[in-house]
Amino acid sequence: MSDETNKGLQSAFRRKLLMGMAAIPAITMLPRSSYAQAPATSAVNTTGLAVTDTEVTVGILHSATGTMAISETGSIEAEKLAIEQINAAGGVLGRKIKFIQEDGASDWPTFAEKAKKLLVNDKVAAIMGCWTSASRKAVLPVMEQYNGMLYYPTFYEGLEQSKNVIYTGQEATQQILAGLNWIAKEKGAKSFFFIGSDYIWPRTSNKIARKHVENVLKGKVVGEEYYPLGNTQFNSVINKIKLTKPDVIFTDVVGGSNVAFYKQLKAAGIDLSKQALLTISVTEDEIDGIGGENIAGAYACMKYFQSLDNPNNKAFVPAFKKMWGEKTVIGDVTQAAYLGPWLWKLTVEKAGSFDIDKIAAASPGVEFKGAPEGYVRIHENHHLWSKTRVGRAKLDGQFELIYETADLVEPDPFPKGYQ
Amino acid sequence: MFGDYSIGDLGSIFVMQGFAGLILFSVYVLMALGLAIIFGQMGVINMAHGEFMILGAYVTWMTSNLFQTYLPGLFSGYFFLAMILAFFASGALGMLVEWVLIRHLYKRPLDTLLATWGLSLMLQQAYRSIFGAREVGVELPQWMLGSLRVTDSIEVPINGVFVMGLTVLITIGVAYVMFMSRWGRQVRAVVQNRIMAGAVGINTAKVDRYTFALGCGIAGVAGSAFTMIGSTGPTSGQLYIVDTFLVVVFGGAASLLGTIASAFSISQTQSTLEFFMSGSMAKVLTLLAVVGILMLRPQGLFALKVRK
Amino acid sequence: MNDSRFTSRSELIGILVLAVFLVVILPLCLDVFRLNLVAKYLTYAFVALGLVICWGYGGILSLGQGVFFGLGGYCMAMFLKLEASSVENTKIQSTPGIPDFMDWNQITALPFFWKPFHSLTFTIAAVILVPGIFALVIGAAMFKRRVGGTYFAIITQAVAAILTILIVGQQGYTGGINGMTDLRTLKGWDIRPDHAKIVLYFFEVGLLFACIFVAQFVRHSKLGRILVAMRDQEDRVRFSGYSVANFKIFAFCIAAIFAAIGGAMFALNVGFMSPSFVGIVPSIEMVIYTAVGGRLSILGAVYGTILVNFAKTSLSESFPELWLFGLGGLFIAVVLAFPNGLAGIWGDYVQPRISRFIGVRKPKAGWTDNSVADGAPAE
Repeated sequence: MSDETNKGLQSAFRRKLLMGMAAIPAITMLPRSSYAQAPATSAVNTTGLAVTDTEVTVGILHSATGTMAISETGSIEAEKLAIEQINAAGGVLGRKIKFIQEDGASDWPTFAEKAKKLLVNDKVAAIMGCWTSASRKAVLPVMEQYNGMLYYPTFYEGLEQSKNVIYTGQEATQQILAGLNWIAKEKGAKSFFFIGSDYIWPRTSNKIARKHVENVLKGKVVGEEYYPLGNTQFNSVINKIKLTKPDVIFTDVVGGSNVAFYKQLKAAGIDLSKQALLTISVTEDEIDGIGGENIAGAYACMKYFQSLDNPNNKAFVPAFKKMWGEKTVIGDVTQAAYLGPWLWKLTVEKAGSFDIDKIAAASPGVEFKGAPEGYVRIHENHHLWSKTRVGRAKLDGQFELIYETADLVEPDPFPKGYQ
Repeated sequence: MFGDYSIGDLGSIFVMQGFAGLILFSVYVLMALGLAIIFGQMGVINMAHGEFMILGAYVTWMTSNLFQTYLPGLFSGYFFLAMILAFFASGALGMLVEWVLIRHLYKRPLDTLLATWGLSLMLQQAYRSIFGAREVGVELPQWMLGSLRVTDSIEVPINGVFVMGLTVLITIGVAYVMFMSRWGRQVRAVVQNRIMAGAVGINTAKVDRYTFALGCGIAGVAGSAFTMIGSTGPTSGQLYIVDTFLVVVFGGAASLLGTIASAFSISQTQSTLEFFMSGSMAKVLTLLAVVGILMLRPQGLFALKVRK
Repeated sequence: MNDSRFTSRSELIGILVLAVFLVVILPLCLDVFRLNLVAKYLTYAFVALGLVICWGYGGILSLGQGVFFGLGGYCMAMFLKLEASSVENTKIQSTPGIPDFMDWNQITALPFFWKPFHSLTFTIAAVILVPGIFALVIGAAMFKRRVGGTYFAIITQAVAAILTILIVGQQGYTGGINGMTDLRTLKGWDIRPDHAKIVLYFFEVGLLFACIFVAQFVRHSKLGRILVAMRDQEDRVRFSGYSVANFKIFAFCIAAIFAAIGGAMFALNVGFMSPSFVGIVPSIEMVIYTAVGGRLSILGAVYGTILVNFAKTSLSESFPELWLFGLGGLFIAVVLAFPNGLAGIWGDYVQPRISRFIGVRKPKAGWTDNSVADGAPAE
């Protein structure tokens, strides 16, 4: 996007935002910095990043077109909101954040190409971006080669850790284990049926879930099924579910397949108020497409729900809707994307520098008390400490919080005993 | 794998699985019928077929919103109106596309493929700009949800029955139009010999336009019906396109009967395989079988003309 | 054109101009990042070149060129991945020494079909032979039974769909949807830094010209003329005693091998390979490069590829949410208004004026010696 359009948009957003801004406790809690006290550019930027005395440029890299645009739109919106809020609160080290948005077009090589462009040509100080594992895997070597900083919002399969990435979503064990424990305890579940889309995240997640079910919960996995991405016919697997009568259906189906799966599940007469279903792939965003009536009663295991009742979230949700419309919904990943710019800002201020190496080193221990999900903290492994929650889907497309872990769950991207 | 289950359970499952195969069959027929008309009768490859389907789905979504806002009392019946509107919306767009684009390309069938691919990209972006990048949820009337309980253990999904019924109706309708009506005779005459047909006074340009519109209209109805079982988003149309083409080619173009036979064999193969292995492998094996058979019998199951 | 020499003078000039453009002008004008982008575009130019022979001259439209691009690319990527997965690089894995995605999928030993890819010689042979033989099998099955035109197009499309699902589904052996990422060195030589990118660029341009010469040779040989004759009147060629099928198979194989070379160069230049190049969408896009350049013009294919990709990159940089309109419009415009693509515009409008301007009367240059066979307007 060109600078001019950026400015036009930003000022329009800002006018809207400033009105609701004062009410946001997240902002008031944070240490204020003002443009006047900005430290000299030469001191905070020793590696030639796009930082001037008044501005710092970051990149936003998501799919605005293609099949993934469905999911990634929310992340783009959240990141723009966070940047607006940070600017309204005085920016980063006294500098206003300017962003360059690039379109990954749901195509992994394009992600790599655009990431390289952002780092090499635009010299951005950080990139908020990627959604699918494949896009992150494509971008990762670029980030490491050109020493960039990526804030990655999606819950993902783990098995990765990089100096150049901060994972603001949950890794698989963090997301899954607490949910499985809860459903085993609460529902006395012993038998599980896994169904997922056929790619790395569902397969890895199911592998971890299977080990946990078999070794820790002493239960049984009665079926494990994968369908190609984009598959729209699930009647056969639904019959298998009917045959095996599992206590819990555990799903990680993604994208358009999700919609087909839940519609057909409902049509096949499986009543989610009686049959327990635990999903790790359906957020409020997905329910918009699935339809609340088709999924009501299902349990989802996430770290964030739009309905969370805490002061941060009560400020975040109206601000988001003010910027992007009353009808928009906010899912887990959208919230995690919102954390990206904030965590970067806090880290930069902690490090007192925009230099990537200093940020990477300063990241562990950075806390964000204003997170809509509650308190989060960056772990030594660049993932977040966060709570895991179980929600039950309601007719109106929102989740009702059923359970949350008492403490923050430690991220463990290379879990022993689960590989 | 069946050792642990009672005979009764297995019996019911096999019945339901057979039914799942029939639903898949109906879905395939519904997807492919519009394309079979366009490709079979006109030789035009319409790569934007999926986007015409999604137009029908969006029309259904808008209709349901209108009914919810203005006529909540009649909501339970909106779907029928939505399907009719979807037919006309997609048909009208088809007519426009034929007039602007396709009619210039009848002598270059391979080029229609490229042009309609471009069209599909533009339509996708148009949907994204108009309806947003996110999927929309089409709310269905209560009676269409859930299942019919045949016996204690056998349940059949209502939307599946609905799709099957619709498929039968539309197939009969198309067969009637193509083989019984005066217009159908004209279409077949134009297909067989355009110049002679023109010479005996058939307005070939008009026949072309309406044939194309009919094919697109049926795609619209299919899209409308698929809101019951699938997703509605700017790129959802792409999910259907490969399956659709395979069904048509496997059946042997130009043959409606072939399309139905091929939809039946592909759907039964797939749903049987799906029961014994993972869905992913079932899909690959089905596609491999289809391509394998096409290698041996490239003209498809029921061929009228294939060589050039 | 009845000139049976290898190349005519005007063609030679055309090739020289392209050579100057690629070897001198672009490297001088562009920074390494953009030059690497051009290198990526040029890998598609190999595919487009193959399509000129197979589609433009042979009349066989393949919508599955991504399959061959992918096979070539995966062969090369397997070699590079093995080299990147040395025991010391993969210490943290439960089984060191195998590619990381295998480790994630609980595969504990290198599968047998991966083993030969330790050898560069085998890899280079595989890059050519695997897609070549695959094309031979498909071509023989199809053309011997006289399947052509739209049927062939759709069947190749199905092949592309199957291969994508297979690669994604067998992720333990192929890397799945993520593809093979993080390729690092070629025989110990790091392919990632800037100077390596420049070397690779020139190497690729060299290969491209080699392919252009092969294409020129095919076109000007008797073989090329038979291909054209076949495209325009297949039956007459058959009645004259030629085996039409064999010529078609040959054209298809050449196109497949060109595509595979492009794929292998892609893996080297970009540093990864993924199933997103194998499927239907990229395959059709590759056809459009050829169509934009001019399906009958060997050099046009190269220009068309560069132009479309450049437009794609810059449009999506400036208007990320609108570039599909532009791309879709381009497809339609080329097909409707300029069936001979850039080369047609050049031959019909630009070149006559240049000739008039410099006062030389020449026959129309060899770029567009015949127009699209069935390119006449319908009415």
